[in-house]
Amino acid sequence: MSEKKPERRDFLFTASYAVGAVGVGAVVWPLIDQMNPDASVKALASTEVDVSSVKPGNTITVLWRGKPVFIRRRTQEEITEARSVKMEDLIHPEKDEDRAKNPEWLVMLGVCTHLGCVPLNDKGDYDGWFCPCHGSHYDTSGRIRKGPAPLNMEVPKYEFVNANTIKIG
Amino acid sequence: MSDHDYTPTSKVGKWFNDRLPLLTLANHLTDYPTPKNLNYWWTFGGILTFCLITQIVTGLTLAMHYIAHADMAFESVEHIMRDVNYGWLIRYIHANGASMFFLAVYIHIFRSLFYGSYKSPREIIWIIGIIIYLLMMAAAFMGYVLPWGQMSFWGATVITNLFSAIPLVGEGIVTWLWGGYSVDNPTLTRFFTLHYLIPFLILGLVVLHIWALHVPGNNNPVGIDIKKPSKDTVPFHPYIVIKDGFALLMFMIVFAFFVFYSPNILGHADNYIEANPMVTPAHIVPEWYLLPFYAILRSVPDKLLGVVAMLSAILILAVLPWLDTSKIRSAVFRPLYKQFYWILVADVLILGYMGAMPAEGLYLLIARVATAYYFLHFLVILPVLGFKEKTIPVPLSITESVMGGSPNLATARNKESFEKSK
Repeated sequence: MSEKKPERRDFLFTASYAVGAVGVGAVVWPLIDQMNPDASVKALASTEVDVSSVKPGNTITVLWRGKPVFIRRRTQEEITEARSVKMEDLIHPEKDEDRAKNPEWLVMLGVCTHLGCVPLNDKGDYDGWFCPCHGSHYDTSGRIRKGPAPLNMEVPKYEFVNANTIKIG
Repeated sequence: MSDHDYTPTSKVGKWFNDRLPLLTLANHLTDYPTPKNLNYWWTFGGILTFCLITQIVTGLTLAMHYIAHADMAFESVEHIMRDVNYGWLIRYIHANGASMFFLAVYIHIFRSLFYGSYKSPREIIWIIGIIIYLLMMAAAFMGYVLPWGQMSFWGATVITNLFSAIPLVGEGIVTWLWGGYSVDNPTLTRFFTLHYLIPFLILGLVVLHIWALHVPGNNNPVGIDIKKPSKDTVPFHPYIVIKDGFALLMFMIVFAFFVFYSPNILGHADNYIEANPMVTPAHIVPEWYLLPFYAILRSVPDKLLGVVAMLSAILILAVLPWLDTSKIRSAVFRPLYKQFYWILVADVLILGYMGAMPAEGLYLLIARVATAYYFLHFLVILPVLGFKEKTIPVPLSITESVMGGSPNLATARNKESFEKSK
């Protein structure tokens, strides 16, 4: 075989395979991509929440993109506790200042970064959240401190539209 | 099937068979030479076929009433339970049928492990079996999601999130699986589609499983090769048909007990609460048949490694024929393996129990030890045992072992001492 020089026919074979592969790919891709989020799912991108009734030390949970979002009005103690933690003690180091621009309000996805359960409020060893599924402990900034979860609870994109309204998304 | 020269007696039969040799196939299946020493642990293949057909028939009828929509699924299941004629019966058979299917498949798998049925020349039968087992787990998991209760929803969330452990592409894969940003209606409809499809894939693989079985023939409790057909074998029909039939009846008594007397005992009460994406149940547990693997997942403190360990625990079975270095198939003639076999059985049961308990304190510690032992068994003990173990001489034929009583260790020892005294 090694002696054989490439012929016109070899070129035709290779070219046919290549075109065939592109064709198969073009047909298969729509069949795969149809499973990705559709236009109607993507359209539900943002939610506005009235937070005027939330008292310090309370958390409300709202649904955004089918996921719960925790909005907690933190007490002064909780803020102090969150801000006094040393970075080297954290599994996923993030400053509380970066997670809660307005220190009184912590807004984050109420989704455990391990396998997606909803952690429970005011539970766990770090006064924040505790995931009942596989035992992850989060602090008052929603940062992972102990357990199998690899990351802090995610802070979504949000903004204060006015003093009482948060727009998530 | 080439070992068959079969000519139908009737003219019509011959005319048909010359064009499509279905009668030759039927003849092969009825005459199929089967080792005459097969015990009742060999009846679970037939029982599993029964389970698969039961699930397909009850599933098809349930699908006539079920509505795969996040807003209506839960109610439609209640509608089946309350309004549809015999709906309660069909659903309870289907739900408990899944548990019975796994009960039978675990017995079938552990029978293989004991008698070394996975060893040469039956590796392909074994690997097809493992693929069927994986598909069964996928079908069972997706089926459990369909009632759209709390356990359905959160089970689906936790299991699909396993894929998020994959570096870089994990999150994208999870979004793709969900068809959104959480488990929701698109997830439910695709799970229904796949749940409907998989049993038919399993059916196809069962045909291959049996085909591959009919090439070397059945293994047997003594684990030695047999000449077929010979005095060592009996035809499948009527001998095995009757024996399988009797075992199936016994199995159906157990099945019926669950369906009629405790239809919900294997389920979880939380699944009678409609799915709520805002609240996770206090204690998420999968169905009992997935618990050992769930315990392995939880016993590893790292997310990615936990998922890897869980998948490896299943996939390691596929390479078992090459991990077990012993040439002797049956544990009857392997005094050490026999003990390790029962330790493994206990280990898997312990893992199952730990999977149902909260992942903390002593439970977690025991689960970790059991997980380590599970891998030790397959990766260290089995390969080493093949070289170190002093096995008991196997009989020359099945007939010899049958004539000398049952093929158990005592018989083998008697034979050994008998040989020495000669």
